[in-house]
Amino acid sequence: MNYSSAEIWFIVAALGIGTYLVRFSFLGLIGDRKMPDWVLRHLRYTPVAVLPGLVAPLVLWPEATSGDPDPTRIVAATVTLAMAWWRKSLLWGVIAGMGSLLALQSIF
Amino acid sequence: MASTTRKSAFIRGLIDGFPFIFVAAPFSMLFGVVASEAGLSLAQVMGFTVVVIAGAAQFTAVQLFNDLAPVWVIIAASLAVNLRMAMYSASLQPYLGALPLWQRALAAYVNFDQSYAVSIAKYDAEPDMPVVARFGYFMGSATVIVPTWFSFAYVGAVTGNVIPENWPLDFVMPVLFLSLVGPMLKTLAHLAAALTSIIVALIFGFLPSGTGLLIAAFAAMAVGAEIERRTGR
Repeated sequence: MNYSSAEIWFIVAALGIGTYLVRFSFLGLIGDRKMPDWVLRHLRYTPVAVLPGLVAPLVLWPEATSGDPDPTRIVAATVTLAMAWWRKSLLWGVIAGMGSLLALQSIF
Repeated sequence: MASTTRKSAFIRGLIDGFPFIFVAAPFSMLFGVVASEAGLSLAQVMGFTVVVIAGAAQFTAVQLFNDLAPVWVIIAASLAVNLRMAMYSASLQPYLGALPLWQRALAAYVNFDQSYAVSIAKYDAEPDMPVVARFGYFMGSATVIVPTWFSFAYVGAVTGNVIPENWPLDFVMPVLFLSLVGPMLKTLAHLAAALTSIIVALIFGFLPSGTGLLIAAFAAMAVGAEIERRTGR
Protein backbone atom coordinates (compact mmCIF):
# COMPACT_ATOMS: atom_id res chain seq x y z
CA MET A 1 0.00 0.00 0.00
CA ASN A 2 1.52 3.25 -1.16
CA TYR A 3 -0.88 5.50 0.73
CA SER A 4 -0.53 6.54 4.35
CA SER A 5 -3.30 5.63 6.77
CA ALA A 6 -4.17 9.33 7.07
CA GLU A 7 -4.55 9.62 3.29
CA ILE A 8 -6.89 6.64 3.15
CA TRP A 9 -9.06 7.94 5.98
CA PHE A 10 -9.13 11.35 4.30
CA ILE A 11 -10.42 9.67 1.11
CA VAL A 12 -13.05 7.74 3.11
CA ALA A 13 -14.25 10.95 4.78
CA ALA A 14 -14.27 13.01 1.58
CA LEU A 15 -16.12 10.31 -0.37
CA GLY A 16 -18.55 9.76 2.49
CA ILE A 17 -19.44 13.45 2.81
CA GLY A 18 -19.49 14.02 -0.95
CA THR A 19 -21.67 10.98 -1.63
CA TYR A 20 -24.07 11.95 1.15
CA LEU A 21 -24.44 15.47 -0.25
CA VAL A 22 -25.16 14.05 -3.72
CA ARG A 23 -27.87 11.80 -2.24
CA PHE A 24 -29.33 14.57 -0.10
CA SER A 25 -29.13 17.33 -2.76
CA PHE A 26 -32.55 17.79 -4.37
CA LEU A 27 -34.55 15.84 -1.82
CA GLY A 28 -32.99 17.79 1.05
CA LEU A 29 -32.79 21.30 -0.37
CA ILE A 30 -35.99 21.58 -2.39
CA GLY A 31 -38.13 19.98 0.30
CA ASP A 32 -41.83 20.55 -0.21
CA ARG A 33 -41.57 23.20 -2.95
CA LYS A 34 -43.03 22.27 -6.30
CA MET A 35 -40.62 22.03 -9.23
CA PRO A 36 -41.59 23.46 -12.65
CA ASP A 37 -43.69 21.21 -14.88
CA TRP A 38 -40.97 20.73 -17.48
CA VAL A 39 -38.57 19.49 -14.78
CA LEU A 40 -41.18 17.10 -13.39
CA ARG A 41 -41.88 15.85 -16.91
CA HIS A 42 -38.19 14.89 -17.26
CA LEU A 43 -37.97 13.43 -13.75
CA ARG A 44 -40.88 11.07 -14.44
CA TYR A 45 -38.52 9.21 -16.77
CA THR A 46 -35.60 8.92 -14.32
CA PRO A 47 -36.01 5.22 -13.44
CA VAL A 48 -36.51 4.07 -17.04
CA ALA A 49 -33.68 6.38 -18.15
CA VAL A 50 -31.08 5.23 -15.59
CA LEU A 51 -31.71 1.57 -14.72
CA PRO A 52 -31.62 0.05 -18.25
CA GLY A 53 -28.38 1.90 -19.01
CA LEU A 54 -26.93 0.81 -15.66
CA VAL A 55 -27.39 -2.89 -16.43
CA ALA A 56 -26.92 -2.94 -20.24
CA PRO A 57 -23.09 -3.16 -20.06
CA LEU A 58 -23.36 -5.89 -17.37
CA VAL A 59 -25.50 -7.93 -19.76
CA LEU A 60 -23.45 -7.36 -22.90
CA TRP A 61 -19.96 -7.49 -21.38
CA PRO A 62 -20.31 -9.64 -18.23
CA GLU A 63 -17.48 -9.82 -15.70
CA ALA A 64 -18.09 -13.59 -15.43
CA THR A 65 -16.85 -14.14 -19.00
CA SER A 66 -14.07 -11.52 -18.68
CA GLY A 67 -16.18 -9.12 -20.76
CA ASP A 68 -16.86 -11.39 -23.74
CA PRO A 69 -20.48 -11.17 -24.95
CA ASP A 70 -22.43 -14.23 -23.80
CA PRO A 71 -25.52 -15.06 -25.92
CA THR A 72 -27.25 -16.85 -23.01
CA ARG A 73 -27.12 -13.68 -20.87
CA ILE A 74 -28.35 -11.46 -23.72
CA VAL A 75 -31.30 -13.77 -24.46
CA ALA A 76 -32.14 -14.18 -20.76
CA ALA A 77 -32.07 -10.40 -20.19
CA THR A 78 -34.41 -9.83 -23.14
CA VAL A 79 -36.76 -12.54 -21.83
CA THR A 80 -36.69 -10.87 -18.37
CA LEU A 81 -37.65 -7.45 -19.65
CA ALA A 82 -40.31 -8.78 -22.03
CA MET A 83 -41.89 -10.98 -19.37
CA ALA A 84 -41.87 -8.29 -16.66
CA TRP A 85 -43.43 -5.85 -19.14
CA TRP A 86 -46.04 -8.31 -20.43
CA ARG A 87 -47.14 -9.69 -17.04
CA LYS A 88 -46.60 -6.30 -15.32
CA SER A 89 -44.82 -8.25 -12.60
CA LEU A 90 -41.39 -8.23 -10.97
CA LEU A 91 -41.77 -11.84 -9.90
CA TRP A 92 -42.53 -13.10 -13.42
CA GLY A 93 -39.53 -11.21 -14.75
CA VAL A 94 -37.19 -12.75 -12.17
CA ILE A 95 -38.51 -16.27 -12.65
CA ALA A 96 -38.36 -16.02 -16.45
CA GLY A 97 -34.92 -14.37 -16.41
CA MET A 98 -33.08 -16.65 -13.98
CA GLY A 99 -35.00 -19.68 -15.34
CA SER A 100 -34.06 -19.01 -18.94
CA LEU A 101 -30.42 -18.30 -18.02
CA LEU A 102 -30.05 -21.55 -16.07
CA ALA A 103 -31.89 -23.51 -18.79
CA LEU A 104 -29.74 -22.05 -21.60
CA GLN A 105 -26.52 -22.59 -19.61
CA SER A 106 -27.41 -26.25 -19.00
CA ILE A 107 -27.97 -26.76 -22.75
CA PHE A 108 -24.96 -24.85 -24.13
CA MET B 1 -53.12 6.28 12.08
CA ALA B 2 -49.90 7.61 10.60
CA SER B 3 -47.70 5.22 12.62
CA THR B 4 -49.62 2.06 11.61
CA THR B 5 -49.58 3.18 7.96
CA ARG B 6 -45.84 3.72 8.18
CA LYS B 7 -45.26 0.41 9.93
CA SER B 8 -47.20 -1.72 7.45
CA ALA B 9 -45.52 0.10 4.55
CA PHE B 10 -42.15 -0.55 6.23
CA ILE B 11 -42.90 -4.28 6.30
CA ARG B 12 -43.97 -4.27 2.64
CA GLY B 13 -40.69 -2.52 1.84
CA LEU B 14 -38.76 -5.16 3.79
CA ILE B 15 -40.42 -7.95 1.79
CA ASP B 16 -39.97 -6.26 -1.60
CA GLY B 17 -36.34 -5.42 -0.80
CA PHE B 18 -35.51 -8.98 0.21
CA PRO B 19 -34.45 -10.32 -3.25
CA PHE B 20 -31.78 -7.62 -3.40
CA ILE B 21 -29.84 -9.51 -0.71
CA PHE B 22 -28.61 -11.66 -3.58
CA VAL B 23 -27.22 -8.54 -5.26
CA ALA B 24 -25.79 -6.82 -2.19
CA ALA B 25 -24.17 -9.86 -0.54
CA PRO B 26 -21.84 -10.98 -3.37
CA PHE B 27 -21.12 -7.41 -4.45
CA SER B 28 -20.10 -6.30 -0.96
CA MET B 29 -18.17 -9.49 -0.26
CA LEU B 30 -16.19 -8.99 -3.43
CA PHE B 31 -15.39 -5.46 -2.27
CA GLY B 32 -14.07 -6.87 1.01
CA VAL B 33 -11.88 -9.30 -0.93
CA VAL B 34 -10.39 -6.85 -3.46
CA ALA B 35 -10.00 -4.03 -0.92
CA SER B 36 -8.03 -6.33 1.40
CA GLU B 37 -5.92 -7.54 -1.51
CA ALA B 38 -5.19 -3.88 -2.35
CA GLY B 39 -3.74 -3.53 1.16
CA LEU B 40 -6.55 -1.84 3.11
CA SER B 41 -6.88 -2.80 6.78
CA LEU B 42 -10.12 -4.32 8.06
CA ALA B 43 -11.03 -0.98 9.69
CA GLN B 44 -10.46 0.84 6.41
CA VAL B 45 -12.54 -1.70 4.45
CA MET B 46 -15.39 -1.23 6.92
CA GLY B 47 -14.88 2.54 6.84
CA PHE B 48 -15.50 2.59 3.10
CA THR B 49 -18.46 0.22 3.44
CA VAL B 50 -20.25 2.15 6.19
CA VAL B 51 -19.30 5.76 5.44
CA VAL B 52 -19.42 5.71 1.61
CA ILE B 53 -21.99 2.87 1.26
CA ALA B 54 -21.89 2.92 -2.58
CA GLY B 55 -20.57 -0.18 -4.29
CA ALA B 56 -19.47 1.15 -7.67
CA ALA B 57 -17.68 4.12 -6.09
CA GLN B 58 -15.94 1.85 -3.56
CA PHE B 59 -14.67 -0.38 -6.37
CA THR B 60 -13.51 2.67 -8.35
CA ALA B 61 -11.49 3.90 -5.36
CA VAL B 62 -9.82 0.51 -4.84
CA GLN B 63 -9.02 0.22 -8.55
CA LEU B 64 -7.34 3.64 -8.38
CA PHE B 65 -5.41 2.62 -5.24
CA ASN B 66 -3.99 -0.23 -7.32
CA ASP B 67 -3.18 2.24 -10.13
CA LEU B 68 -1.36 4.50 -7.61
CA ALA B 69 -3.53 7.47 -8.64
CA PRO B 70 -3.20 10.81 -6.79
CA VAL B 71 -5.56 11.27 -3.81
CA TRP B 72 -7.63 14.02 -5.50
CA VAL B 73 -8.10 11.84 -8.62
CA ILE B 74 -9.42 9.01 -6.45
CA ILE B 75 -11.91 11.33 -4.76
CA ALA B 76 -13.08 13.03 -7.97
CA ALA B 77 -13.45 9.83 -10.00
CA SER B 78 -15.30 7.95 -7.26
CA LEU B 79 -17.65 10.88 -6.63
CA ALA B 80 -18.39 11.12 -10.35
CA VAL B 81 -19.56 7.49 -10.25
CA ASN B 82 -22.14 8.52 -7.65
CA LEU B 83 -23.59 11.47 -9.55
CA ARG B 84 -26.49 9.33 -10.81
CA MET B 85 -27.74 9.47 -7.21
CA ALA B 86 -28.42 13.20 -7.64
CA MET B 87 -30.94 12.10 -10.27
CA TYR B 88 -32.44 9.65 -7.78
CA SER B 89 -32.62 12.46 -5.24
CA ALA B 90 -34.44 14.75 -7.70
CA SER B 91 -36.73 11.96 -8.82
CA LEU B 92 -37.71 11.16 -5.21
CA GLN B 93 -38.37 14.80 -4.30
CA PRO B 94 -41.95 14.94 -5.67
CA TYR B 95 -42.77 11.84 -3.58
CA LEU B 96 -40.82 12.44 -0.35
CA GLY B 97 -40.27 16.22 -0.33
CA ALA B 98 -43.10 16.82 2.16
CA LEU B 99 -41.35 14.79 4.89
CA PRO B 100 -39.70 16.53 7.87
CA LEU B 101 -36.03 17.38 7.32
CA TRP B 102 -34.69 14.62 9.62
CA GLN B 103 -36.60 11.97 7.69
CA ARG B 104 -35.34 13.30 4.36
CA ALA B 105 -31.81 13.35 5.82
CA LEU B 106 -32.19 9.72 6.93
CA ALA B 107 -33.62 8.60 3.59
CA ALA B 108 -30.71 10.33 1.82
CA TYR B 109 -28.15 8.12 3.62
CA VAL B 110 -29.80 4.98 2.22
CA ASN B 111 -30.67 6.42 -1.22
CA PHE B 112 -28.86 3.85 -3.36
CA ASP B 113 -29.66 1.84 -6.51
CA GLN B 114 -31.70 -0.93 -4.85
CA SER B 115 -33.82 1.13 -2.44
CA TYR B 116 -34.42 3.75 -5.13
CA ALA B 117 -35.43 1.23 -7.81
CA VAL B 118 -37.75 -0.75 -5.52
CA SER B 119 -39.41 2.35 -4.07
CA ILE B 120 -39.85 4.39 -7.25
CA ALA B 121 -41.49 1.34 -8.89
CA LYS B 122 -43.92 1.22 -5.96
CA TYR B 123 -44.66 4.99 -6.03
CA ASP B 124 -45.21 4.70 -9.78
CA ALA B 125 -47.66 1.81 -9.36
CA GLU B 126 -49.49 3.36 -6.37
CA PRO B 127 -49.65 7.14 -6.89
CA ASP B 128 -52.12 7.60 -4.01
CA MET B 129 -49.75 6.25 -1.34
CA PRO B 130 -49.62 8.69 1.65
CA VAL B 131 -46.23 10.32 2.21
CA VAL B 132 -45.74 8.59 5.61
CA ALA B 133 -46.26 5.23 3.89
CA ARG B 134 -43.79 6.17 1.15
CA PHE B 135 -41.17 6.92 3.82
CA GLY B 136 -41.88 3.65 5.65
CA TYR B 137 -41.63 1.68 2.43
CA PHE B 138 -38.36 3.33 1.42
CA MET B 139 -36.74 2.67 4.80
CA GLY B 140 -38.05 -0.92 4.79
CA SER B 141 -36.48 -1.64 1.40
CA ALA B 142 -33.15 -0.20 2.61
CA THR B 143 -33.26 -2.02 5.95
CA VAL B 144 -32.80 -5.35 4.15
CA ILE B 145 -29.79 -4.11 2.20
CA VAL B 146 -27.75 -2.18 4.78
CA PRO B 147 -26.93 -5.01 7.26
CA THR B 148 -26.21 -7.32 4.30
CA TRP B 149 -23.90 -4.72 2.82
CA PHE B 150 -21.96 -4.24 6.08
CA SER B 151 -21.70 -7.88 7.13
CA PHE B 152 -20.64 -9.28 3.76
CA ALA B 153 -17.86 -6.70 3.33
CA TYR B 154 -16.60 -7.99 6.69
CA VAL B 155 -16.87 -11.62 5.55
CA GLY B 156 -15.02 -10.81 2.32
CA ALA B 157 -12.21 -8.99 4.13
CA VAL B 158 -11.80 -11.64 6.85
CA THR B 159 -12.44 -14.98 5.13
CA GLY B 160 -12.25 -14.20 1.39
CA ASN B 161 -14.72 -15.48 -1.19
CA VAL B 162 -17.31 -17.93 0.21
CA ILE B 163 -19.67 -18.08 -2.80
CA PRO B 164 -19.07 -20.87 -5.37
CA GLU B 165 -17.45 -19.41 -8.49
CA ASN B 166 -19.89 -21.01 -10.94
CA TRP B 167 -23.07 -19.43 -9.50
CA PRO B 168 -24.22 -16.81 -12.03
CA LEU B 169 -24.84 -14.20 -9.31
CA ASP B 170 -23.54 -11.44 -11.59
CA PHE B 171 -26.82 -11.85 -13.47
CA VAL B 172 -29.06 -11.26 -10.45
CA MET B 173 -28.64 -7.49 -10.61
CA PRO B 174 -29.61 -7.14 -14.31
CA VAL B 175 -32.58 -9.48 -13.78
CA LEU B 176 -33.92 -7.60 -10.76
CA PHE B 177 -33.50 -4.14 -12.25
CA LEU B 178 -34.97 -5.14 -15.63
CA SER B 179 -37.89 -6.79 -13.82
CA LEU B 180 -38.54 -3.52 -11.96
CA VAL B 181 -38.34 -1.51 -15.19
CA GLY B 182 -40.67 -3.81 -17.20
CA PRO B 183 -43.93 -2.86 -15.47
CA MET B 184 -42.96 0.85 -15.65
CA LEU B 185 -42.93 0.79 -19.48
CA LYS B 186 -46.51 2.01 -19.77
CA THR B 187 -46.31 4.37 -22.74
CA LEU B 188 -44.36 4.89 -25.95
CA ALA B 189 -42.44 7.64 -24.12
CA HIS B 190 -41.27 5.22 -21.41
CA LEU B 191 -40.31 2.60 -23.97
CA ALA B 192 -38.35 5.08 -26.08
CA ALA B 193 -36.57 6.42 -22.97
CA ALA B 194 -35.53 2.89 -21.93
CA LEU B 195 -34.22 2.05 -25.41
CA THR B 196 -32.32 5.35 -25.60
CA SER B 197 -30.79 4.60 -22.20
CA ILE B 198 -29.55 1.17 -23.32
CA ILE B 199 -28.16 2.30 -26.68
CA VAL B 200 -26.40 5.45 -25.44
CA ALA B 201 -25.00 3.67 -22.36
CA LEU B 202 -23.48 0.99 -24.60
CA ILE B 203 -22.07 3.52 -27.09
CA PHE B 204 -20.43 5.57 -24.32
CA GLY B 205 -19.54 2.55 -22.17
CA PHE B 206 -15.84 3.24 -22.68
CA LEU B 207 -15.97 6.57 -20.80
CA PRO B 208 -14.61 6.46 -17.21
CA SER B 209 -16.47 6.84 -13.90
CA GLY B 210 -20.00 6.28 -15.10
CA THR B 211 -19.90 9.33 -17.37
CA GLY B 212 -21.46 7.26 -20.17
CA LEU B 213 -24.41 6.39 -17.92
CA LEU B 214 -25.00 10.06 -17.09
CA ILE B 215 -25.04 10.98 -20.78
CA ALA B 216 -27.40 8.06 -21.46
CA ALA B 217 -29.73 9.08 -18.62
CA PHE B 218 -29.96 12.72 -19.71
CA ALA B 219 -30.57 11.70 -23.34
CA ALA B 220 -33.23 9.16 -22.31
CA MET B 221 -35.04 11.64 -20.00
CA ALA B 222 -35.08 14.21 -22.82
CA VAL B 223 -36.49 11.65 -25.28
CA GLY B 224 -39.19 10.52 -22.81
CA ALA B 225 -40.21 14.07 -21.89
CA GLU B 226 -40.28 15.24 -25.51
CA ILE B 227 -42.47 12.33 -26.65
CA GLU B 228 -44.79 12.96 -23.70
CA ARG B 229 -45.00 16.66 -24.64
CA ARG B 230 -45.89 15.84 -28.24
CA THR B 231 -48.28 12.95 -27.67
CA GLY B 232 -49.76 14.22 -24.42
CA ARG B 233 -49.02 11.05 -22.48
